[in-house]
Amino acid sequence: MAWMNFLKPKNQLEEGGRTGASVHSDAGEPERTCPNCHKEIPMSRLWANGLVCACGHHFRMKARQRIAQLCDKGSFRELYAAIKADNPLDFPGYHEKAETARAASGETEAVVCGAAKIGGHKCALFAMEPEFMMGSMGSAVGEKITRLFEYAMRYRLPVVGFTVSGGARMQEGLLSLMQMAKTSAAVKRHSDAGLLYIAVLTDPTTGGVTASFAMEADIILAEPGATVGFAGKRVIEQTTKKALPEGFQTSEFVLEHGFIDAIVPRGQQKKYLADLLAMHDGRAAS
Amino acid sequence: MTAAYDRVKKARESGRPTGLDYIGGIFTGFIELHGDRRCGDDPAIVGGLARLIGQSVTVIAIEKGHSAKDRARRNFGAPHPEGYRKALRLMKQAEKFGRPVICLIDTSGAYCGIGAEERGQGQAIAENLMEMSTLCVPVISILIGEGGSGGALALGVSDRVWMMENAVYSVISPEGCASILYKDAGKAAEAAGSLKLTAQDAKSLGIIERILSEKDMGKPEFYARIREMLVQEIGTLGRDAELVAHRYERIRALGTSAVGKEQA
Ligand SMILES: [Zn+2]
Repeated sequence: MAWMNFLKPKNQLEEGGRTGASVHSDAGEPERTCPNCHKEIPMSRLWANGLVCACGHHFRMKARQRIAQLCDKGSFRELYAAIKADNPLDFPGYHEKAETARAASGETEAVVCGAAKIGGHKCALFAMEPEFMMGSMGSAVGEKITRLFEYAMRYRLPVVGFTVSGGARMQEGLLSLMQMAKTSAAVKRHSDAGLLYIAVLTDPTTGGVTASFAMEADIILAEPGATVGFAGKRVIEQTTKKALPEGFQTSEFVLEHGFIDAIVPRGQQKKYLADLLAMHDGRAAS
Repeated sequence: MTAAYDRVKKARESGRPTGLDYIGGIFTGFIELHGDRRCGDDPAIVGGLARLIGQSVTVIAIEKGHSAKDRARRNFGAPHPEGYRKALRLMKQAEKFGRPVICLIDTSGAYCGIGAEERGQGQAIAENLMEMSTLCVPVISILIGEGGSGGALALGVSDRVWMMENAVYSVISPEGCASILYKDAGKAAEAAGSLKLTAQDAKSLGIIERILSEKDMGKPEFYARIREMLVQEIGTLGRDAELVAHRYERIRALGTSAVGKEQA
């Protein structure tokens, strides 16, 4: 697969302790332990399977890996790549933290935006980046997503968005909170123009992103087993002093409670999204 | 640093006027309307009809309560999804009848509970943000005490946002911030300074338009002052498409300066 060459199978998916460190087998090939089935999987097999274990566990995926896997070859044209926030509140340690995130993730910010085609259908696309401060939303993320919806409105395009976020970026204080309002207003305008927005929630989608554009799509999909919720589990336990129910705040939980449309495994997403886009094709005529 | 945390403490003082006190002081003839028409009625959010001098308005307030019993019944002003959905229902009703909307915000945050998650706390807030952005009637929000993150913003996507001089508005509580950043909730005072959560901070960041004096707080002249400001401000706000276009511009500008001059 072409997109595999593009990927760097380095040890880059450790955030949140869900993926386990990659180790080298006797044969020397890098392996990773699945946190679900605890088997060791050669990295080559994992990459070939879109970072999904044979047991169904979905490892976290970088924004550009998703884009490469999902978009028609050569169709992705990045937008707003230069936008980044420069510690607007002079928050202690933020500049260093963001620079570290830039070095570790290879991204300037926690979301990648652009125009693309999926199965021949034009769309505006965003994919959030788990390795950049766990996809936290600051002014730059809010600005990029807002601009993308405005772009999609101008060219009458549907928007497809992959969310992964720990929530608002507290180092930007109120400015990050306001991005919830800003992105929501942009989503509403795009929606009022009769255009389609599909969100795909991936692990984890929480906090201010859940309480804004993740939950505002016409069609909301999720990857299996992803954490999807508003408040953090620890905060809820501390507040309520109760044990959380089995499977609380997972994709399956929010599906059961009526907040998403379907759970779609990674391997089926391209066709699923192409089918949904095809059914709305009449809307996107420009 | 501690100056900011002093504000946080003041904003949380139990002796401060609550949402219902403001409603009683500013408006006349308040008629409370209950329920979200979906699932329940959240006592942490109070809403209904009232008169602002000559005109009918819809007023919505997060209510913390005064007595221990009332505070518990109102969940200390931490709303559930039903509260946000009731608020949205009342805003849509206001839009139908062409009434301005006044929101009074005072919450440590949307409730972090199992039921709140089961019934879609995130979705409820998200829907309010979206719908408020295009409401065709004037919307003014006043932060009267605590403005706790998304749970406060869910009543704050407005044409004008004002703050009492000792109110605070923050993306996270200083204690929460300190425990994440410094692994020590005791460093809350330090975090409060870094978060820039005072009314002065919010004004200099362009997030609010006005800081309201707390002189004579709770007295008739205090409420009379706010009443006068509301009447005047509503008079300056347009209606319908023009109003909504201006609101979008207002929201659109939030945080835009933080990303610098970069254009792509
Ligand atoms: Zn497995």
